[in-house]
Amino acid sequence: MGGIMIYMDNAATTMQKPKEVVQAVAAAMESMGNAGRGAHGASLSASRTVYDTRELLCRFFNGTSPRQIVFTANSTESLNIAIKGVLNPGDHVVTTVMEHNSVLRPLYEMEKKGVELTFVKTDERGVMDLADLEAAIRPDTKAIVCTNGSNLTGNYVDVEAVGAVAAKYNVLFIVDASQTAGVFPIDVQKMHIDILCFTGHKSLLGPQGTGGMYVREGLEVRPLLSGGSGVQTYSKTHPKEMPTALEAGTLNGHGIAGLHAAVEYLMAEGIDKIRTREQELMWRFYEGVKDIPNVKVYGDFTTKNRCPIVTLNIGEYDSSEVGDALLMDYDISIRPGAHCAPLMHEALGTVGQGAVRFSFSHYNTEEEVDTAIRAIQELSVDEE
Amino acid sequence: MRKKELKLVVTFHTTTDAMAMEKACKEAGAPGRLIPVPREISAGCGLSWCAGIEDRDTIRKVIESIGVQEQEMHELMV
Repeated sequence: MGGIMIYMDNAATTMQKPKEVVQAVAAAMESMGNAGRGAHGASLSASRTVYDTRELLCRFFNGTSPRQIVFTANSTESLNIAIKGVLNPGDHVVTTVMEHNSVLRPLYEMEKKGVELTFVKTDERGVMDLADLEAAIRPDTKAIVCTNGSNLTGNYVDVEAVGAVAAKYNVLFIVDASQTAGVFPIDVQKMHIDILCFTGHKSLLGPQGTGGMYVREGLEVRPLLSGGSGVQTYSKTHPKEMPTALEAGTLNGHGIAGLHAAVEYLMAEGIDKIRTREQELMWRFYEGVKDIPNVKVYGDFTTKNRCPIVTLNIGEYDSSEVGDALLMDYDISIRPGAHCAPLMHEALGTVGQGAVRFSFSHYNTEEEVDTAIRAIQELSVDEE
Repeated sequence: MRKKELKLVVTFHTTTDAMAMEKACKEAGAPGRLIPVPREISAGCGLSWCAGIEDRDTIRKVIESIGVQEQEMHELMV
Protein backbone atom coordinates (compact mmCIF):
# COMPACT_ATOMS: atom_id res chain seq x y z
CA MET A 1 0.00 0.00 0.00
CA GLY A 2 1.01 3.61 0.17
CA GLY A 3 0.97 5.98 -2.77
CA ILE A 4 -2.18 7.28 -4.34
CA MET A 5 -5.23 5.10 -4.86
CA ILE A 6 -5.89 4.21 -8.48
CA TYR A 7 -9.63 4.36 -9.15
CA MET A 8 -10.85 2.15 -11.98
CA ASP A 9 -14.46 1.59 -10.96
CA ASN A 10 -15.99 4.35 -13.05
CA ALA A 11 -18.79 2.12 -14.36
CA ALA A 12 -20.06 1.99 -10.76
CA THR A 13 -19.71 5.73 -10.29
CA THR A 14 -17.24 8.31 -11.54
CA MET A 15 -15.40 9.33 -8.41
CA GLN A 16 -13.54 12.31 -9.79
CA LYS A 17 -15.94 15.03 -10.91
CA PRO A 18 -15.13 18.29 -12.69
CA LYS A 19 -14.45 20.99 -10.07
CA GLU A 20 -17.31 23.02 -11.58
CA VAL A 21 -19.73 20.30 -10.42
CA VAL A 22 -18.50 20.41 -6.83
CA GLN A 23 -18.66 24.21 -6.81
CA ALA A 24 -22.18 24.25 -8.26
CA VAL A 25 -23.50 21.90 -5.57
CA ALA A 26 -21.85 23.93 -2.80
CA ALA A 27 -23.18 27.20 -4.24
CA ALA A 28 -26.69 25.75 -4.54
CA MET A 29 -26.61 24.65 -0.92
CA GLU A 30 -26.00 28.23 0.11
CA SER A 31 -28.64 29.85 -2.06
CA MET A 32 -31.34 27.48 -3.21
CA GLY A 33 -34.96 27.28 -2.02
CA ASN A 34 -37.54 24.72 -3.10
CA ALA A 35 -38.21 24.69 -6.83
CA GLY A 36 -41.82 25.43 -7.74
CA ARG A 37 -42.81 26.23 -4.17
CA GLY A 38 -42.84 30.02 -4.19
CA ALA A 39 -42.12 33.25 -5.99
CA HIS A 40 -39.39 34.47 -3.66
CA GLY A 41 -35.83 34.68 -4.87
CA ALA A 42 -34.59 31.48 -3.27
CA SER A 43 -37.38 29.36 -4.70
CA LEU A 44 -37.12 30.97 -8.11
CA SER A 45 -33.38 30.38 -8.11
CA ALA A 46 -34.06 26.66 -7.67
CA SER A 47 -36.83 26.69 -10.28
CA ARG A 48 -34.56 28.39 -12.78
CA THR A 49 -31.72 25.94 -12.20
CA VAL A 50 -34.05 22.95 -12.54
CA TYR A 51 -35.61 24.38 -15.69
CA ASP A 52 -32.25 25.25 -17.24
CA THR A 53 -31.09 21.69 -16.58
CA ARG A 54 -34.20 20.31 -18.28
CA GLU A 55 -33.43 22.45 -21.31
CA LEU A 56 -29.81 21.43 -21.29
CA LEU A 57 -30.57 17.69 -21.06
CA CYS A 58 -33.30 17.98 -23.69
CA ARG A 59 -30.75 19.51 -26.05
CA PHE A 60 -28.11 16.96 -25.01
CA PHE A 61 -30.39 14.02 -25.96
CA ASN A 62 -32.09 15.91 -28.82
CA GLY A 63 -35.55 15.73 -27.25
CA THR A 64 -38.48 17.76 -28.53
CA SER A 65 -39.42 19.56 -25.31
CA PRO A 66 -37.79 20.21 -21.91
CA ARG A 67 -41.17 19.30 -20.34
CA GLN A 68 -40.43 15.70 -21.28
CA ILE A 69 -37.28 15.57 -19.10
CA VAL A 70 -38.18 14.09 -15.70
CA PHE A 71 -35.78 14.16 -12.75
CA THR A 72 -35.38 11.03 -10.61
CA ALA A 73 -32.79 9.77 -8.14
CA ASN A 74 -31.09 7.36 -10.56
CA SER A 75 -31.58 4.96 -13.49
CA THR A 76 -33.25 2.41 -11.24
CA GLU A 77 -36.02 4.84 -10.36
CA SER A 78 -36.39 5.89 -13.99
CA LEU A 79 -36.59 2.27 -15.17
CA ASN A 80 -39.16 1.40 -12.49
CA ILE A 81 -41.33 4.35 -13.55
CA ALA A 82 -40.97 3.41 -17.22
CA ILE A 83 -41.54 -0.34 -16.91
CA LYS A 84 -44.34 -0.20 -14.35
CA GLY A 85 -45.87 2.88 -15.94
CA VAL A 86 -46.48 1.61 -19.47
CA LEU A 87 -46.91 -2.18 -19.18
CA ASN A 88 -50.21 -3.90 -18.46
CA PRO A 89 -51.20 -7.52 -17.82
CA GLY A 90 -51.35 -9.37 -21.12
CA ASP A 91 -48.54 -7.32 -22.71
CA HIS A 92 -45.47 -9.02 -24.15
CA VAL A 93 -41.99 -7.52 -23.72
CA VAL A 94 -38.77 -8.25 -25.57
CA THR A 95 -35.62 -7.71 -23.53
CA THR A 96 -32.09 -9.15 -23.44
CA VAL A 97 -29.82 -11.22 -21.21
CA MET A 98 -27.48 -8.23 -21.01
CA GLU A 99 -29.82 -6.35 -18.71
CA HIS A 100 -29.01 -5.14 -15.21
CA ASN A 101 -31.22 -6.01 -12.24
CA SER A 102 -32.66 -2.50 -12.43
CA VAL A 103 -34.38 -3.68 -15.61
CA LEU A 104 -34.83 -7.35 -14.71
CA ARG A 105 -36.40 -7.02 -11.28
CA PRO A 106 -39.12 -4.54 -12.32
CA LEU A 107 -39.80 -6.79 -15.33
CA TYR A 108 -40.05 -9.89 -13.12
CA GLU A 109 -42.52 -8.00 -10.92
CA MET A 110 -44.62 -7.20 -13.99
CA GLU A 111 -44.33 -10.85 -15.09
CA LYS A 112 -46.12 -11.82 -11.86
CA LYS A 113 -48.90 -9.45 -12.85
CA GLY A 114 -49.35 -11.12 -16.22
CA VAL A 115 -46.74 -9.54 -18.50
CA GLU A 116 -44.92 -12.05 -20.72
CA LEU A 117 -41.15 -11.72 -21.19
CA THR A 118 -38.85 -12.93 -23.97
CA PHE A 119 -35.09 -12.70 -23.41
CA VAL A 120 -32.87 -12.30 -26.47
CA LYS A 121 -29.67 -14.29 -25.93
CA THR A 122 -26.09 -13.38 -26.80
CA ASP A 123 -23.09 -15.35 -28.02
CA GLU A 124 -20.18 -16.22 -25.71
CA ARG A 125 -18.71 -12.73 -26.21
CA GLY A 126 -21.96 -11.21 -24.98
CA VAL A 127 -23.06 -9.96 -28.42
CA MET A 128 -26.73 -10.02 -29.41
CA ASP A 129 -27.85 -10.75 -32.97
CA LEU A 130 -30.34 -8.10 -34.04
CA ALA A 131 -32.18 -10.70 -36.14
CA ASP A 132 -32.91 -12.66 -32.92
CA LEU A 133 -34.39 -9.54 -31.38
CA GLU A 134 -36.57 -8.91 -34.41
CA ALA A 135 -37.68 -12.56 -34.48
CA ALA A 136 -38.82 -12.29 -30.84
CA ILE A 137 -41.39 -9.61 -31.64
CA ARG A 138 -45.01 -10.80 -31.66
CA PRO A 139 -48.33 -9.13 -32.48
CA ASP A 140 -48.94 -8.58 -28.75
CA THR A 141 -45.47 -7.11 -28.07
CA LYS A 142 -45.84 -3.80 -26.26
CA ALA A 143 -42.23 -2.82 -25.76
CA ILE A 144 -38.55 -3.54 -26.24
CA VAL A 145 -36.51 -2.84 -23.11
CA CYS A 146 -32.80 -2.80 -23.84
CA THR A 147 -29.52 -1.54 -22.46
CA ASN A 148 -27.33 0.79 -24.50
CA GLY A 149 -24.19 -0.82 -23.10
CA SER A 150 -23.49 -3.85 -20.92
CA ASN A 151 -22.23 -2.93 -17.46
CA LEU A 152 -20.48 -6.29 -17.29
CA THR A 153 -18.71 -6.66 -20.66
CA GLY A 154 -18.72 -3.05 -21.85
CA ASN A 155 -20.24 -4.16 -25.15
CA TYR A 156 -22.04 -1.28 -26.83
CA VAL A 157 -25.53 -1.97 -28.16
CA ASP A 158 -26.48 -0.18 -31.36
CA VAL A 159 -29.71 1.35 -30.08
CA GLU A 160 -30.27 3.12 -33.37
CA ALA A 161 -30.62 -0.29 -35.05
CA VAL A 162 -32.81 -1.62 -32.22
CA GLY A 163 -34.90 1.56 -32.41
CA ALA A 164 -35.42 0.99 -36.12
CA VAL A 165 -36.84 -2.45 -35.32
CA ALA A 166 -39.10 -0.94 -32.63
CA ALA A 167 -40.35 1.66 -35.11
CA LYS A 168 -40.89 -0.96 -37.84
CA TYR A 169 -43.21 -2.99 -35.59
CA ASN A 170 -44.64 0.04 -33.80
CA VAL A 171 -43.63 -1.09 -30.30
CA LEU A 172 -42.40 1.13 -27.48
CA PHE A 173 -38.64 1.39 -27.04
CA ILE A 174 -37.29 1.84 -23.49
CA VAL A 175 -33.52 2.31 -23.22
CA ASP A 176 -31.29 1.89 -20.17
CA ALA A 177 -28.48 4.38 -20.82
CA SER A 178 -26.79 3.97 -17.43
CA GLN A 179 -23.40 3.15 -18.97
CA THR A 180 -23.59 5.44 -21.97
CA ALA A 181 -25.33 8.74 -21.19
CA GLY A 182 -22.68 11.43 -21.13
CA VAL A 183 -20.07 9.58 -23.15
CA PHE A 184 -21.91 8.19 -26.21
CA PRO A 185 -24.08 10.39 -28.41
CA ILE A 186 -27.78 9.74 -27.79
CA ASP A 187 -30.43 11.18 -30.08
CA VAL A 188 -33.85 10.09 -28.88
CA GLN A 189 -35.55 11.11 -32.12
CA LYS A 190 -33.10 9.52 -34.53
CA MET A 191 -32.94 6.37 -32.37
CA HIS A 192 -36.74 6.10 -32.01
CA ILE A 193 -36.42 6.04 -28.22
CA ASP A 194 -39.76 6.42 -26.40
CA ILE A 195 -38.30 6.44 -22.89
CA LEU A 196 -34.63 7.07 -22.15
CA CYS A 197 -33.50 6.24 -18.60
CA PHE A 198 -30.24 7.70 -17.33
CA THR A 199 -28.31 8.28 -14.14
CA GLY A 200 -26.40 11.43 -13.30
CA HIS A 201 -23.46 10.02 -11.36
CA LYS A 202 -21.65 7.88 -13.92
CA SER A 203 -20.53 9.19 -17.33
CA LEU A 204 -22.65 12.32 -16.92
CA LEU A 205 -20.18 13.21 -14.11
CA GLY A 206 -22.88 14.60 -11.82
CA PRO A 207 -23.67 13.93 -8.14
CA GLN A 208 -25.13 10.66 -6.87
CA GLY A 209 -28.86 10.96 -6.30
CA THR A 210 -29.40 12.63 -9.67
CA GLY A 211 -30.85 10.95 -12.71
CA GLY A 212 -33.78 11.17 -15.00
CA MET A 213 -35.73 10.09 -18.00
CA TYR A 214 -36.85 11.46 -21.31
CA VAL A 215 -40.43 10.54 -22.22
CA ARG A 216 -41.59 10.97 -25.81
CA GLU A 217 -44.27 13.64 -26.15
CA GLY A 218 -47.73 12.14 -26.19
CA LEU A 219 -46.74 8.94 -24.36
CA GLU A 220 -48.62 8.65 -21.07
CA VAL A 221 -46.75 6.99 -18.21
CA ARG A 222 -48.56 5.98 -14.99
CA PRO A 223 -46.74 7.62 -12.08
CA LEU A 224 -45.26 5.49 -9.28
CA LEU A 225 -45.76 8.26 -6.72
CA SER A 226 -48.24 11.01 -6.05
CA GLY A 227 -48.01 13.90 -3.62
CA GLY A 228 -46.79 17.44 -3.41
CA SER A 229 -46.29 19.24 -6.70
CA GLY A 230 -46.51 22.93 -5.86
CA VAL A 231 -49.47 23.25 -8.22
CA GLN A 232 -53.19 22.30 -8.22
CA THR A 233 -53.22 22.08 -4.42
CA TYR A 234 -57.00 21.52 -4.15
CA SER A 235 -57.14 18.67 -6.64
CA LYS A 236 -57.45 15.20 -5.10
CA THR A 237 -55.31 13.74 -7.84
CA HIS A 238 -51.71 14.35 -8.80
CA PRO A 239 -51.38 16.65 -11.86
CA LYS A 240 -51.24 14.87 -15.23
CA GLU A 241 -49.07 17.49 -16.91
CA MET A 242 -45.46 16.62 -17.69
CA PRO A 243 -43.01 16.67 -16.08
CA THR A 244 -44.93 17.24 -12.81
CA ALA A 245 -46.90 14.02 -13.43
CA LEU A 246 -43.78 11.95 -12.72
CA GLU A 247 -42.11 14.23 -10.16
CA ALA A 248 -44.05 14.11 -6.87
CA GLY A 249 -42.20 15.66 -3.95
CA THR A 250 -39.25 18.04 -3.66
CA LEU A 251 -36.58 17.50 -6.29
CA ASN A 252 -32.88 17.13 -5.53
CA GLY A 253 -32.25 20.74 -6.48
CA HIS A 254 -28.73 20.82 -5.08
CA GLY A 255 -27.80 17.72 -7.03
CA ILE A 256 -29.49 18.98 -10.19
CA ALA A 257 -27.39 22.16 -9.96
CA GLY A 258 -24.35 19.88 -10.00
CA LEU A 259 -25.75 17.89 -12.92
CA HIS A 260 -26.25 21.14 -14.81
CA ALA A 261 -22.59 22.03 -14.33
CA ALA A 262 -21.61 18.50 -15.36
CA VAL A 263 -23.54 18.59 -18.64
CA GLU A 264 -22.12 22.05 -19.40
CA TYR A 265 -18.65 20.63 -18.79
CA LEU A 266 -19.33 17.67 -21.11
CA MET A 267 -20.64 19.96 -23.85
CA ALA A 268 -17.68 22.32 -23.53
CA GLU A 269 -15.09 19.52 -23.52
CA GLY A 270 -16.92 17.52 -26.17
CA ILE A 271 -18.16 14.00 -25.48
CA ASP A 272 -16.38 12.63 -28.55
CA LYS A 273 -13.07 13.81 -27.14
CA ILE A 274 -13.80 12.34 -23.70
CA ARG A 275 -14.99 9.02 -25.16
CA THR A 276 -11.95 8.75 -27.42
CA ARG A 277 -9.67 9.35 -24.43
CA GLU A 278 -11.44 6.73 -22.30
CA GLN A 279 -11.33 4.22 -25.15
CA GLU A 280 -7.60 4.86 -25.65
CA LEU A 281 -6.97 3.96 -22.00
CA MET A 282 -9.25 0.91 -22.29
CA TRP A 283 -7.41 -0.37 -25.38
CA ARG A 284 -4.03 0.22 -23.76
CA PHE A 285 -5.12 -1.90 -20.80
CA TYR A 286 -6.71 -4.56 -23.04
CA GLU A 287 -3.57 -4.87 -25.18
CA GLY A 288 -1.50 -5.17 -22.02
CA VAL A 289 -3.50 -7.99 -20.43
CA LYS A 290 -5.09 -9.98 -23.27
CA ASP A 291 -2.09 -12.25 -23.90
CA ILE A 292 -1.07 -12.87 -20.29
CA PRO A 293 -1.20 -16.64 -19.71
CA ASN A 294 -4.01 -17.56 -17.34
CA VAL A 295 -5.95 -14.34 -18.00
CA LYS A 296 -9.34 -14.48 -19.69
CA VAL A 297 -10.92 -11.28 -20.99
CA TYR A 298 -14.70 -11.18 -21.59
CA GLY A 299 -16.64 -9.15 -24.14
CA ASP A 300 -16.39 -8.15 -27.78
CA PHE A 301 -13.10 -6.49 -28.72
CA THR A 302 -13.54 -6.94 -32.47
CA THR A 303 -15.21 -3.54 -32.64
CA LYS A 304 -13.75 -0.17 -31.72
CA ASN A 305 -17.05 1.10 -30.40
CA ARG A 306 -17.07 -0.08 -26.80
CA CYS A 307 -17.81 1.30 -23.37
CA PRO A 308 -14.50 1.89 -21.53
CA ILE A 309 -14.71 -1.38 -19.62
CA VAL A 310 -12.39 -4.43 -19.55
CA THR A 311 -13.62 -7.42 -17.55
CA LEU A 312 -11.41 -10.41 -16.86
CA ASN A 313 -10.58 -13.34 -14.63
CA ILE A 314 -7.31 -14.94 -13.61
CA GLY A 315 -7.39 -18.72 -13.95
CA GLU A 316 -9.99 -20.17 -11.65
CA TYR A 317 -9.37 -17.61 -8.92
CA ASP A 318 -12.39 -16.10 -7.26
CA SER A 319 -12.78 -12.59 -8.73
CA SER A 320 -13.23 -11.24 -5.18
CA GLU A 321 -9.85 -12.62 -4.23
CA VAL A 322 -8.23 -10.91 -7.21
CA GLY A 323 -10.07 -7.70 -6.32
CA ASP A 324 -8.80 -7.85 -2.76
CA ALA A 325 -5.22 -8.47 -3.91
CA LEU A 326 -5.43 -5.50 -6.32
CA LEU A 327 -6.62 -3.32 -3.45
CA MET A 328 -4.25 -4.52 -0.73
CA ASP A 329 -1.08 -4.91 -2.81
CA TYR A 330 -1.50 -2.22 -5.49
CA ASP A 331 -4.12 0.18 -4.12
CA ILE A 332 -6.22 -0.31 -7.27
CA SER A 333 -9.99 0.01 -6.82
CA ILE A 334 -12.04 -2.08 -9.22
CA ARG A 335 -15.23 -4.10 -8.95
CA PRO A 336 -15.10 -7.88 -8.53
CA GLY A 337 -17.90 -10.37 -7.92
CA ALA A 338 -21.35 -10.43 -9.47
CA HIS A 339 -22.33 -7.25 -11.27
CA CYS A 340 -26.14 -7.17 -10.88
CA ALA A 341 -26.47 -8.70 -14.35
CA PRO A 342 -27.28 -12.35 -13.53
CA LEU A 343 -28.25 -13.49 -17.03
CA MET A 344 -25.10 -11.99 -18.56
CA HIS A 345 -22.97 -13.86 -16.00
CA GLU A 346 -24.81 -17.04 -17.02
CA ALA A 347 -24.06 -16.37 -20.71
CA LEU A 348 -20.36 -15.79 -19.96
CA GLY A 349 -20.12 -18.73 -17.57
CA THR A 350 -19.00 -16.55 -14.64
CA VAL A 351 -21.81 -17.18 -12.15
CA GLY A 352 -19.55 -18.84 -9.56
CA GLN A 353 -16.33 -16.98 -10.21
CA GLY A 354 -17.72 -13.51 -10.78
CA ALA A 355 -15.56 -11.18 -12.83
CA VAL A 356 -12.94 -8.48 -12.28
CA ARG A 357 -14.12 -5.27 -13.94
CA PHE A 358 -11.81 -2.38 -14.78
CA SER A 359 -13.70 0.72 -15.95
CA PHE A 360 -11.94 3.88 -17.04
CA SER A 361 -12.49 7.62 -16.83
CA HIS A 362 -10.83 10.29 -18.94
CA TYR A 363 -9.18 11.36 -15.68
CA ASN A 364 -7.20 8.10 -15.54
CA THR A 365 -3.63 8.20 -16.86
CA GLU A 366 -1.35 5.94 -18.93
CA GLU A 367 0.80 5.44 -15.83
CA GLU A 368 -2.19 4.16 -13.87
CA VAL A 369 -3.14 1.81 -16.69
CA ASP A 370 0.42 0.48 -16.85
CA THR A 371 0.43 -0.11 -13.08
CA ALA A 372 -2.81 -2.08 -13.46
CA ILE A 373 -1.32 -4.15 -16.31
CA ARG A 374 1.73 -4.93 -14.17
CA ALA A 375 -0.53 -5.90 -11.27
CA ILE A 376 -2.42 -8.39 -13.43
CA GLN A 377 0.87 -9.77 -14.79
CA GLU A 378 2.18 -10.31 -11.27
CA LEU A 379 -1.07 -11.72 -9.86
CA SER A 380 -1.40 -14.14 -12.76
CA VAL A 381 1.67 -15.95 -11.40
CA ASP A 382 1.17 -18.00 -8.22
CA GLU A 383 3.39 -17.26 -5.22
CA GLU A 384 5.79 -20.04 -4.36
CA MET B 1 -1.71 -14.93 -6.73
CA ARG B 2 -0.98 -14.64 -2.99
CA LYS B 3 -0.77 -17.62 -0.70
CA LYS B 4 -3.96 -18.37 1.23
CA GLU B 5 -4.27 -18.48 5.02
CA LEU B 6 -6.95 -19.95 7.24
CA LYS B 7 -9.13 -17.06 8.43
CA LEU B 8 -12.35 -16.33 10.20
CA VAL B 9 -14.96 -14.89 7.80
CA VAL B 10 -18.26 -13.46 9.03
CA THR B 11 -21.04 -12.84 6.49
CA PHE B 12 -24.05 -10.54 6.81
CA HIS B 13 -27.52 -10.18 5.33
CA THR B 14 -27.13 -6.51 4.41
CA THR B 15 -24.45 -3.92 3.77
CA THR B 16 -25.89 -1.97 6.71
CA ASP B 17 -24.98 -4.83 9.07
CA ALA B 18 -21.49 -5.08 7.59
CA MET B 19 -20.92 -1.37 8.15
CA ALA B 20 -22.26 -1.61 11.72
CA MET B 21 -19.79 -4.45 12.28
CA GLU B 22 -16.82 -2.44 11.00
CA LYS B 23 -17.72 0.55 13.16
CA ALA B 24 -18.22 -1.59 16.28
CA CYS B 25 -14.94 -3.47 15.76
CA LYS B 26 -13.04 -0.19 15.34
CA GLU B 27 -14.61 1.20 18.52
CA ALA B 28 -13.86 -1.98 20.45
CA GLY B 29 -10.34 -2.22 19.06
CA ALA B 30 -11.20 -5.64 17.65
CA PRO B 31 -9.05 -6.92 14.79
CA GLY B 32 -10.00 -7.58 11.18
CA ARG B 33 -11.15 -5.82 8.03
CA LEU B 34 -13.91 -5.89 5.44
CA ILE B 35 -13.23 -8.09 2.40
CA PRO B 36 -15.38 -9.22 -0.54
CA VAL B 37 -17.23 -12.45 0.30
CA PRO B 38 -15.18 -15.44 -0.94
CA ARG B 39 -17.05 -17.51 -3.49
CA GLU B 40 -16.87 -20.72 -1.44
CA ILE B 41 -19.61 -19.19 0.67
CA SER B 42 -22.58 -17.14 -0.38
CA ALA B 43 -24.22 -14.30 1.45
CA GLY B 44 -26.87 -11.65 1.11
CA CYS B 45 -24.25 -8.93 1.27
CA GLY B 46 -21.02 -8.77 -0.76
CA LEU B 47 -18.90 -7.66 2.19
CA SER B 48 -17.66 -9.91 4.96
CA TRP B 49 -15.57 -9.36 8.09
CA CYS B 50 -12.25 -11.17 7.96
CA ALA B 51 -10.16 -11.73 11.10
CA GLY B 52 -7.73 -14.26 12.50
CA ILE B 53 -9.00 -17.64 13.69
CA GLU B 54 -7.68 -16.79 17.15
CA ASP B 55 -9.92 -13.70 17.28
CA ARG B 56 -13.16 -15.71 17.24
CA ASP B 57 -14.15 -14.91 20.85
CA THR B 58 -13.41 -11.19 20.50
CA ILE B 59 -15.38 -10.99 17.27
CA ARG B 60 -18.27 -12.95 18.79
CA LYS B 61 -18.42 -10.46 21.67
CA VAL B 62 -18.54 -7.47 19.32
CA ILE B 63 -21.33 -9.08 17.31
CA GLU B 64 -23.32 -9.72 20.47
CA SER B 65 -22.70 -6.21 21.80
CA ILE B 66 -24.23 -4.50 18.77
CA GLY B 67 -26.99 -6.98 18.11
CA VAL B 68 -26.01 -7.48 14.47
CA GLN B 69 -27.47 -10.66 13.06
CA GLU B 70 -24.47 -12.26 11.43
CA GLN B 71 -25.49 -14.54 8.62
CA GLU B 72 -22.79 -17.12 9.26
CA MET B 73 -19.31 -17.48 10.72
CA HIS B 74 -16.86 -19.51 8.64
CA GLU B 75 -13.31 -20.71 8.89
CA LEU B 76 -11.76 -20.88 5.45
CA MET B 77 -8.67 -20.25 3.38
CA VAL B 78 -8.57 -16.73 2.01
